[in-house]
Amino acid sequence: MIICRVSAGMGLECRSDISNAVVVISVLLIVLKRLGLGLLTLFVVSLLIFASVNMLPGDFAQAILGQGATPEAVAAIREDLGLNKPAVTRYIDWLSGILVGDFGVSFAQANFAVYAGDAAAQGGIGSVADQLLPRFRNTLFLASVSAAIAVPLSLALGVLAAMFANTAFDRAVNIATLSSISSPEFFVAYMLILFLAVLNPVFPSLSNIYDEMSFAERLNRSMLPALTLTLVVTAHMMRMTRAAIINLMASPYIEMARLKGIGPLRVIVTHALPNALAPIINVIALNLAYLITGVVVVEVVFVYPGIGQLFVDSVKVRDIPVVQACCLIFASAYILLNLTADILSILSNPRLRHPK
Amino acid sequence: MSTLLSMTLSILVILAGGWLVQFAGRRIPWPRDGLREYFRDMPYLVGCGFALAALCLFWSYRFYFVQDVKFFQWAVQGLIIFTVAGFGFRWLGRRVGTSGSRKLFRQMPVTAAFGILIILLYVIAAVFADLFAPYGQAEIFDKINVLPGGDVELGGDPRFILGTDQLGRDLLTRLIYGAQNTVGIAFVTTCLAFLIGASCGFLAATLGGWFDQIASRVVDALMAIPQLIFALLLMTIATSWAGSNKVLIMVYMVVIIAVLDSTRVYRLARAVGQNIVVMDYIEAAKLRGENLTYLVFREILPNATSPLLAEFGLRFCFVFLTIAALSFLGIGIQPPLADWGTMVRDLSQFINFAAFSPLTATLPLLAAGAIALLTVAVNFVVDWMLHKTSGLKE
Amino acid sequence: MSEPTPLVKIRGLKIEGRTDETWIQIVNGVDLDLNTGEVLGLIGESGAGKSTIGLAAMGFTRDGCRISGGTVEFDGVDLVQADAATKRALLGKRIAYVAQSAAASFNPAHRIIRQHTEAPTQHRVMSSGESEQDAIELYGKLRLPNPGEIGFRYPHQVSGGQLQRAMTAMAMSCRPDLIIFDEPTTALDVTTQIEVLAAIRDIVEQFDTAAIYITHDLAVVAQMADKIKVLLRGDQVEEADTRTMLSNPQEEYTKSLWAVRSFQRQEKMPATAGTVPVISMRAVDASYGKLQVLYDVSFDIHEGRTVAVVGESGSGKSTAARCITGLLPPTSGEVCFNGEPLPADYRKRSTEQLRQAQMIYQMADTALNPRKSIAEIIGRPVEFYLGLKGREKRRRVEQLLEQIEMDPAVYFDRIPSELSGGQKQRIGIARALAAEPKFIICDEVTSALDQLVAEGILKLLANLQDTLGLSYMFITHDLATVRSIADEVVVMKEGRVIEAGPKTEMFTPPHHSYTELLLSSVPEMDPDWLDTLLESRGIENLGEAAMAAAG
Repeated sequence: MIICRVSAGMGLECRSDISNAVVVISVLLIVLKRLGLGLLTLFVVSLLIFASVNMLPGDFAQAILGQGATPEAVAAIREDLGLNKPAVTRYIDWLSGILVGDFGVSFAQANFAVYAGDAAAQGGIGSVADQLLPRFRNTLFLASVSAAIAVPLSLALGVLAAMFANTAFDRAVNIATLSSISSPEFFVAYMLILFLAVLNPVFPSLSNIYDEMSFAERLNRSMLPALTLTLVVTAHMMRMTRAAIINLMASPYIEMARLKGIGPLRVIVTHALPNALAPIINVIALNLAYLITGVVVVEVVFVYPGIGQLFVDSVKVRDIPVVQACCLIFASAYILLNLTADILSILSNPRLRHPK
Repeated sequence: MSTLLSMTLSILVILAGGWLVQFAGRRIPWPRDGLREYFRDMPYLVGCGFALAALCLFWSYRFYFVQDVKFFQWAVQGLIIFTVAGFGFRWLGRRVGTSGSRKLFRQMPVTAAFGILIILLYVIAAVFADLFAPYGQAEIFDKINVLPGGDVELGGDPRFILGTDQLGRDLLTRLIYGAQNTVGIAFVTTCLAFLIGASCGFLAATLGGWFDQIASRVVDALMAIPQLIFALLLMTIATSWAGSNKVLIMVYMVVIIAVLDSTRVYRLARAVGQNIVVMDYIEAAKLRGENLTYLVFREILPNATSPLLAEFGLRFCFVFLTIAALSFLGIGIQPPLADWGTMVRDLSQFINFAAFSPLTATLPLLAAGAIALLTVAVNFVVDWMLHKTSGLKE
Repeated sequence: MSEPTPLVKIRGLKIEGRTDETWIQIVNGVDLDLNTGEVLGLIGESGAGKSTIGLAAMGFTRDGCRISGGTVEFDGVDLVQADAATKRALLGKRIAYVAQSAAASFNPAHRIIRQHTEAPTQHRVMSSGESEQDAIELYGKLRLPNPGEIGFRYPHQVSGGQLQRAMTAMAMSCRPDLIIFDEPTTALDVTTQIEVLAAIRDIVEQFDTAAIYITHDLAVVAQMADKIKVLLRGDQVEEADTRTMLSNPQEEYTKSLWAVRSFQRQEKMPATAGTVPVISMRAVDASYGKLQVLYDVSFDIHEGRTVAVVGESGSGKSTAARCITGLLPPTSGEVCFNGEPLPADYRKRSTEQLRQAQMIYQMADTALNPRKSIAEIIGRPVEFYLGLKGREKRRRVEQLLEQIEMDPAVYFDRIPSELSGGQKQRIGIARALAAEPKFIICDEVTSALDQLVAEGILKLLANLQDTLGLSYMFITHDLATVRSIADEVVVMKEGRVIEAGPKTEMFTPPHHSYTELLLSSVPEMDPDWLDTLLESRGIENLGEAAMAAAG
């Protein structure tokens, strides 16, 4: 306000200087605030996971050895795993362990080692991190392949459907995507297996992947699970893109651009797209986050050696440390994606980049 | 390599076809003005759309008549039957019933009519499962793994049209009972989720202040973990608690999924509630001195029914799919109750017989399809409802 | 003398709109001629089809509308039959459009000047550098502050009145032959409106541009247009040049429109000194969070009298009402009813205290619960405050409906969405009356209504006051309304009371300088009003400059 009253030339200069500095700081503050919030959420989530696991009846030691265990054996294991410490200490130990990449000891491995009686031969008691790491890499690979197909495909389809809204094309796409969203992942998966693996053997129906495989081979083997995920996610993403664009196209400034005689392509590229960035970023992040959940079922169907399958197996045998670790990884990825979307859409908002 | 080649070829055909359609459309002297204008102003992309549609028709023709793909034929036949059923049901709805219901059917797209028909059929199947099913759901016969079709020479048995499973239970019976168990449990769970979520959401919107703050933060925390993952984690603990008591496991599952799902209901109810609370008529009621019960039940709730109803449909689909996924993974609905998710898992290996015994391969797809069909139907209806309410606002 | 061929020639224009899958005609055969350099005012109430016709003159229809018949010839080209490319070549270059809401019609993602230069560069009229220079020149002509710099801001960094002028400049960017102005000043405050009106008129005259000026405000159109066309529900009523139309309207409907502003009720004698006011605000301060919005506001409202609280948006007039109702407890000061202080928070007030002060809202749409019948809406306060039930309640509701001049037999079981805007507002009045209060707050009750309907509401309120002895606090930004209904006037600006007193005193000079500014800024039906005003005030002393001088 004060600056505006200063004489014209002077006013201009100091205005732009000050406002630039203010902009950078204010945007930085907002971004930092979001980052802090994300970290806080992560902390709460870890607390939540730890607390739920501690609701187990009896304790881990009992769970490992089963009902018929002698009290001495239980006590020994308890000592071994540090279970006789108070919950707060255990939580801090667990969390600080995670921060340096130590997710604790897998029960299933421990179990096996104890029964076999040669823990040394197994290279100590199997750590969760050893189990997780290669599988996490595989899952990441699968998710990236599906995202690489799904994101461009769904954005293109969404924009097309919005451009030709309420035509036969739009209706057909609408029905197709609605059906694809509604179907359970395993239905889509088995349909793909039926058509692309059994009837026309294009891709293998089992995705047994190992480290020594070449990239092309890997891609070939993980094609069916990737396609399944793509189908499910594309439908979601496409519908949201379409809704965002249609919403945008109804705004007065688009009408204004058309009334200025601007061609349809330019209207979309220069007038709609910059404003569509934030919603589209959100759509992508939301669906990549959805991929994380979808991966569990799909990996089980295709016996894909990823983290989702490990998670389900561990749930079945109640291998608590692994379940805990997987849960935390899934949640972190989920929070991270949402955080990225949040920050990106803040950065793409002209009102925040150029405040009054 | 041949797949890649044919894909490139199709894209080229579509691109060229688009141009051809556009070119021909402008040359042909159409009898009607509208058509002539349509082709004059038609963008190139629309031409490509026509080419794509033509290509699809051509491939469908080849699959159906030339290559004689059984599954494709069944799919097309199913599609035709469903479409006819949808149209027929809508036709019926426009003629029978009260004037209100008839008006409703007149505005309805055929997808929504189809959805309502399917939902009705499922409800009937679920309620009268005892009447329709030929046997009891846990009844075990001496013949295991009987193939479907009822043809004795092909390993079937006329007593079991769809065959039996690995324990010797009739699959048709279990498919019918699946409607009762899977749909029933999902329905109960959704109702529970709504009871928790909607009441908290409306209270938060009306009261604001610390209640809103605490409830919203709790929901934020719960929603920070992907739902299926969290459900799996909690189910691990629940199974430990329940031990071998299978009923208890299912009760826990219902509660867990309901609580996790109520977070979404809470968000929606709160948002809808907040939109209503700022209305002047709520202010007028507050200034009149009305109490909280009157505000929530008489002023807010009647205005929130249509978004909530649509959300109920969506939530039901989600809960239904989550339970199916849990069952498929082996920790959902427990035997001896018949359930579609478990059936898919148990029968999944039959899919490999598709080449020489197409009928057998349909078994897992039948159960999975039963799940998909209901969710598709509900989604069609919800889509129409959402479209209707958003249209009214304009 | 041969007739010049008109620039725009519309014949038998019919437009249909879609509701519930059926097409309904909303414009029924309109003819229109416009010569080069001429300004045509299109006026009518809401639903008359003004904007639809305005857009159709560009060969454009919104989604859900279609041109079903007639021709729209622009310079010999029929825009109804023309293909998309032909229309695109004309739009922006030879025909330009100025929308109602400049804030929504500028793309938030680009700087103003980039949007300005888009049309000239796309139509290859100017290079982007030339167009930028031209924009700065135009901004100067439209008297925008800092013309060299303002274009390089983003739309949200510029005020509403300035944006509206920037949009006029944008419309001018290719020096079009025709500009369509679609209610360009409706969303603005009166003091800002003048500035925009003067700027628009100047530039249109300077470049000899033809224009179609769409508005519902007769006084505004009288300043802007050479000739006026009156529309009623998609039909043309009559057309004549401005002075003839104003002095000698032919049709009944036009006459009734013209007569609207003549309603004025008898002013009452000032309240005798020493009587206890029904409501009095005493030194009230109030704030939203940390932001203080009311400073030391005091005024009294006596029995049977109407106090109009006047001010522009953001002046704190609605906040004062919220303090009285108790929705926003004051930070200091108190509100008294019949001399007794009321609890600050409405939740602490007794039912009796709540009953005595009722409220009527601006938007009747959001003030009535859409899911309740009229009987329920009016019946609830009857039951709640007076404890009437069954037949007695029904009789009372019917009585109230008769009081607001609506037939109980017809409207008793209707729901709000089946009523027109004016009828809804009447139901709002009935709901307030149902509590049998002494005092009613009317918050901009007529500003969302068409003028004829608004006049009916004002008359009804005046009658009710006479028969029931009610006191009104009448919040409004419209001085014509004040003139017709108020006994006393309170002028507010930036949260302070600037001036207060009986109406006649307020409307005769000398005024406080801000009151003067407000009064003189209200457009009048006289076509020379704007010229006279500009002469007396000076072209530089408008809008923000004048506000600064008066503040």
